[in-house]
Amino acid sequence: MMEFLLLSMILIPLLGSILNGLLLRSGSPARTGTLASTAAGLSFLAALLLCWNYLSTGQIVNVNFEWLRVGGLNLAWGFRFDAITVLMSLVVTGIGTLIHIFSIGYMDEEPTPYRFFAYLNLFLSAMLILVTGANLPVMFVGWEGVGLCSYLLIGYWYEDIKKADAGMKAFVINRIGDAGFLIGIFMLFQIFGTVDFESMKLIVDGSGSLNVRWLQFAAFFLFVGAMGKSAQIPLFTWLPDAMAGPTPVSALIHAATMVTAGVYLVARMGFLFRVSPDVSHFVATIGCATALFAASIATAQRDIKKILAYSTVSQLGFMFVALGVGAYSVALFHVMTHAFFKALLFLAAGTIIHGLHGEQDVCKMGGLRKHFPVTFITTSIAVAAICGLPPLSGFFSKDAIVFAALTGPYGGPYLWAGLSLASLLTAFYMSRFYFLVFFGEYRGNAHPHEGGWAMKLPLMDLAIGSAVVGFLGMPHGLHVLPNYLDQLLVPTVPGWEEAHAFLTEIQSMVVAVAVALTGIAIAAFFYLPNPARSDKAAPKLLAIDTILKNKYWVDELYEVVFVVPFRFLSGVAARIIDPRVIDAAVLFPSRLARAGGTLLTFIQSGSSQFYLWIMLTGGLLVLWQALKGLIV
Amino acid sequence: MIPASVQILHWSHYVAACLFALGMFGFLIRKNAIVVLMCIELMLNAVNLILVEVSMRSGHPEGLIFVIFIITVAAAEAAVGLGIILNLYRAKGTVNIDAFRELQG
Repeated sequence: MMEFLLLSMILIPLLGSILNGLLLRSGSPARTGTLASTAAGLSFLAALLLCWNYLSTGQIVNVNFEWLRVGGLNLAWGFRFDAITVLMSLVVTGIGTLIHIFSIGYMDEEPTPYRFFAYLNLFLSAMLILVTGANLPVMFVGWEGVGLCSYLLIGYWYEDIKKADAGMKAFVINRIGDAGFLIGIFMLFQIFGTVDFESMKLIVDGSGSLNVRWLQFAAFFLFVGAMGKSAQIPLFTWLPDAMAGPTPVSALIHAATMVTAGVYLVARMGFLFRVSPDVSHFVATIGCATALFAASIATAQRDIKKILAYSTVSQLGFMFVALGVGAYSVALFHVMTHAFFKALLFLAAGTIIHGLHGEQDVCKMGGLRKHFPVTFITTSIAVAAICGLPPLSGFFSKDAIVFAALTGPYGGPYLWAGLSLASLLTAFYMSRFYFLVFFGEYRGNAHPHEGGWAMKLPLMDLAIGSAVVGFLGMPHGLHVLPNYLDQLLVPTVPGWEEAHAFLTEIQSMVVAVAVALTGIAIAAFFYLPNPARSDKAAPKLLAIDTILKNKYWVDELYEVVFVVPFRFLSGVAARIIDPRVIDAAVLFPSRLARAGGTLLTFIQSGSSQFYLWIMLTGGLLVLWQALKGLIV
Repeated sequence: MIPASVQILHWSHYVAACLFALGMFGFLIRKNAIVVLMCIELMLNAVNLILVEVSMRSGHPEGLIFVIFIITVAAAEAAVGLGIILNLYRAKGTVNIDAFRELQG
């Protein structure tokens, strides 16, 4: 029964995708969207039942079908519903369903909504394969599936070449990460002889004789895969460009679920990273650098979605710091809370963009709290959550990360300082966004209107989620509620002992709140009194401002370092290697045959008497050969 | 070592050999299609001569029967051949076989 539910959870969205893609090609947004939302909702229901089953009986549901049996590799289509999956599948299907519903309102003027909803459902199915896969190859199938859907949805408006290019960029950069992931899988198979999560975990936990160096290499390559999918330095440039897709896509794929797949991968392989100290330090450093770097870029962006995109990159950096220091359950906690408030922020941005007929520049907004009351209230909750104001969800998860960065097994004061600075920047840019969009006078010339209930309801649900899910992971130090999330995840991810540090948990919280309030205050000082001057009110530290506006020229750098040499090499290959080497090798046999044929055409002269001469000569030769022995 | 039966040569064998050689070289050398056809007939009749001679000497009638068949076939062949030559002439206004070498590579 539970096995059936597990399979239905994965396959119902796939079925919805097929139905939409094949049968409802001329359907209206309402019809196709309702079908897709129903599929997502049924999947959510299945996830809820499975979750209830897990929480009440503690039984892990397993489904296995034979897939490959080659040499020592015995691979199954294995699906597993355990503690991490409880968390991930609820987030994916729950938030996924809300975003499906929102999309009905958002995509109401689309000529081909079936395409959008078919991709969206397909994404849901692939993401569920990713989080339920019981071994690395099955997970990789889902990993590639979500990558494909991401590509399809970023380039959904493919008539616009820039948007199609953004999809391509996301796909290509993810390929780099995926190559690392694959190498990691191969190395793990070489080391363990299996790629099943449970078997690998048993081997790592059970024996101290493994070669840590090779384990570290494998962990490093897995992390390269995570870097690509979760947009960490240096592979983060695709995520801001991915904002070319429809806003619900940004909310679902590029904020709440797919980009957290890298975090999920590292947490799932936590037993491996836990015994790889060098790689863990590397993960934490990359995470911290990304958190700071992306947050600083976000402070100078004007495109409403770009601000949120860099914010997402930055928040993913926070999660990787948690993973790097060994606090895997904390990272997953932030995955969950971030999914709520970031999805909400994106949907709010979507509502605003929809209501302003495509306007995305925050400098041309302002005063929207009057026109978008529901959006205003829900966004306020999300902004407060991401800034880290108690008692909203972001406060608990972010504080847990910052504290873990200080006290985790691989943590240290420098990580703590980096993350605190990143939190300050986060509070600043989110407040800047908030003040520019909702306060002051309206500076655009569209006629703002809020969307219908299909758009408002998901906002409200997500706002409630953003406000309360933090209570699931309240820190032990507060002694208010037990840390349910830790209890849930303990059997699946490695736990950790807090090291002694110069701050206690409560002191750390006080510092975090002070930092957040400082950030908000700075933003309020610059943007609240006179947002009409909007960006001109920005600190006139011109050099820094220019650097940030241009995103540190990372794209340009990659263009020069990778794209231009690659184009040059491709040109060389096309002009020299292809015609001179490959074509020459292919054409040589054909030219040889042709030359031979030309040489021998004189035989076929068309003159029958010539043929007869040859025939006669041949006949005489045969006769001579036959009679040679007879006539001595 | 040549078998005894072959060693017994009749004078008509030489005549037949001469006729066959004439026919063959005429066939190879002459350019007029009608003459070429006639050369074929010559070769056939050289064979007929040997068949008749050997059949008469050995007392077996099969050779004679063959000759009748060959004459019949030759008549049919001559009719068809002449028909072809007539059409060749209609096509190009000549019966010189060097004019007909379209089937070259």
